[in-house]
Amino acid sequence: MERLVLAVSLLFFLAGFGYTLYAFGAGRFLPNRLNFILIAGGFFLQTLFLYERGRQIGRCPLTNLFEVLVFLSWALVLIYLVVGAAYRLSLMGAFTSPVASGLLLASLLLPLDRAASRPASPPDPWLEMHGALSVIAYGALALAAVAGVMYLVQQCQIKSRHPGSVSYHMPSIADLATANARLIFLGWTLLTAGLIAGFAVGMPEGTAKLWWSGAVWLLYGGMVLARRIRGLSPGRQARFSVAAFVLVLVSLLGVIYLP
Amino acid sequence: MNIVCLGLSHRTASVEIRERFAVADPALDRALQRFQEVEGVREVVIVSTCNRVEFYASGERLVSGFHGLDHFLREHGGVNGSSREDLAAIYRYDAPHSVRHLFQVACGLDSMVLGETEILGQIKRAYALAAGSGATSGGLNKFFQRAFRVAKQVRTHTGINRGSVSVGSVAADLAGKIFGSLEACRVLVLGAGDTGERTARSLVSRGAGTLLVSNRSFERAEELARELGGQAVSFEDWPSHLKSLDILVTSTSAPHPILDRARLERGMRGRDDRPLFLIDLAVPRDVEPSVNELENVYLYDIDSLRDIASRSLSEREAELEVCRRIIDRHVDEFTAWMRTRAAVQGGIPARPVASGGLGTV
Repeated sequence: MERLVLAVSLLFFLAGFGYTLYAFGAGRFLPNRLNFILIAGGFFLQTLFLYERGRQIGRCPLTNLFEVLVFLSWALVLIYLVVGAAYRLSLMGAFTSPVASGLLLASLLLPLDRAASRPASPPDPWLEMHGALSVIAYGALALAAVAGVMYLVQQCQIKSRHPGSVSYHMPSIADLATANARLIFLGWTLLTAGLIAGFAVGMPEGTAKLWWSGAVWLLYGGMVLARRIRGLSPGRQARFSVAAFVLVLVSLLGVIYLP
Repeated sequence: MNIVCLGLSHRTASVEIRERFAVADPALDRALQRFQEVEGVREVVIVSTCNRVEFYASGERLVSGFHGLDHFLREHGGVNGSSREDLAAIYRYDAPHSVRHLFQVACGLDSMVLGETEILGQIKRAYALAAGSGATSGGLNKFFQRAFRVAKQVRTHTGINRGSVSVGSVAADLAGKIFGSLEACRVLVLGAGDTGERTARSLVSRGAGTLLVSNRSFERAEELARELGGQAVSFEDWPSHLKSLDILVTSTSAPHPILDRARLERGMRGRDDRPLFLIDLAVPRDVEPSVNELENVYLYDIDSLRDIASRSLSEREAELEVCRRIIDRHVDEFTAWMRTRAAVQGGIPARPVASGGLGTV
C-alpha cells in the first residue's frame, strides 16, 4: 500500500513534467499553476509515505538507500516549494519534477528496500537530525544543480542569438545566478549543521563515510568561498554545481554501504 | 438592442483625416454629450487614439446607416460636401460585426503592430471616461466588460502578444532576460542615430537606471541625453566607462569595429561578475563578433535583432486563427445575450444592415 502511495506521487510529478512538455510543444505555456499543484500533490503523498514509514520503523526513514532516495526527492521538492515560490522561478518546477521523478523511479524499481539493513539500536535524536539535515542539504544542493542547468540553458539560448520559447519563460540569467549561489550557500549551511549534529553524537573518526562527508562539505565550501571572493564566475559556478551534484549522487550509492 | 460602431483607423484613413476626427481629452465630455443627443442613441463610448477614432453607440432601434449618425459625424469631423472621401474612410458596423470588431481591436488584432497590448489600456480608459460621464448603462457596460474578458483570455491562451516585433523592444526584452530588472543597469548609447535612440527609449521605458550618451558631436549627445533624462559623455572618454557598464548600445558610422576582443578584455579587467550586454546596431558593425565568446558577454547585432523581431511577428500571425476562434465564440454568446435582452424588453432585435464602409476587419 505504501509503495502505491509513492507510485501515485511519482505519477503526479510525471504529469507535471508531461504537462510542461505538452505546453511547450503547443507553444502555450501558462504560468505554472497546474504544474505547481501537481508537484504540491506529489509532495503531499511523499510526506504521507515518509510519515507512515517513520511510524512503522519507529525512527527517521533513512535506514536504507530506498528511504534515502525517497527522502532526497522529498527534500528537493520541499526546497523547491519554499525557494521556487519565493524567487518566483516559475519554470523551476518543470526542471525539478524530472529530477524528483528520477529519484522516485530509482527507489521504486531497484531492489533497495531492505529491512535487514536497519539498525537494531533505539533511535538517537542527534543522529536522526544529522541524517535528516544532511539529506535536506542534498535536496538544496540538488535544487542548486537544477538552477545551474537552467542558467546554462538560458545562457546557451541567449548566446546563440536565437532564443526560443524556453528562454521566453525562463527567469533572467542574473536571477538564476543569484538563485544558484543562494541555494549552494543554503545547502552548504545545512550540510554544516548536519555535520555538527553528527559530531554531537560522536561519529567515529576516520570512517570512509566521514571522509566522504568532509570532502562534499569542502567541495561546496570551496564554491561558496570562491563566489564570495569573486574568483568564480556565475557560469563556472553553475557548471560546478551541476557537476558536483552528479558526483554526490553517484557516490551516494557507495557511501550508503560504507562503514 | 443594437450596438453600432462608426470609425476610422490606420487601415482606412490617413493621419490627416484621423486627426480631424480625433477627440482630445478636454473635448471628450462635450463630444460624448453631443453623440448621445443623436436620435435613437442611448449609450455611447468614444475611443480616440493615434491610430483610430471609433464611436460606439447602443439603442433599441439604432442602425449604423441612420442619417442622424451621419450628420453627427459630418459635423464632428468638419466634413463638407467637397471632402466626401473622408466619409468613405469611415467604417460602419452593426451587431454582430460591431461586437466582433471591438473584440478584435481589444485583442490587438486590428493594431498596426499585431498583438500589441497598449490598445487595451486605451479602450479601458475610454470606457472609464464614458462611464464616468454617465454615457453608458447596462448594454455598453456589458459589451465593454466582455471585450476586456475576451482580450484577457486571448492573451492568456494564445501567443498573440508574445515576443517583440521591433528592434528596440527586442533589445529591451533581451536585456530583461539577462538582467531581470533594469533598475540597477548602467546603459551607454554610443552614436545618437535614430535606431540607437529608439533602442535607448525602449530601455528607458523598461526602467533602465542610468543612461549615458556619447556621440562624435557632443551637442547631439547632450540633446539626446536631455530628452531621455541621461547624461552626455565625451566620445573620447567612452572606453573608460566599459568597466561600470551593463548595456552598451552602439550605432556609430565608423568603418571598422571600434570595440574588439582585446580592448573589451582590457576594459572589463577588475569588473565584477555582472553580465555585459552589447547591442550593435551599426552597419558596418562596431563590435567584433568574437567578443560573444567571452564569458558573461552577450552580443547582438542588427541582423540578429531583426531576425528575432520578424520571427515573433510570424509566430503572432500563426496565432491569428486561434484568436479568431476564441473571439467567434464570445461574439456568438454576446449576440445571443443581446437577442434575449431585446426580447425581454420587447424591442425589435437588430437586423444587420449593409456596411457603408470598408467591410469587416
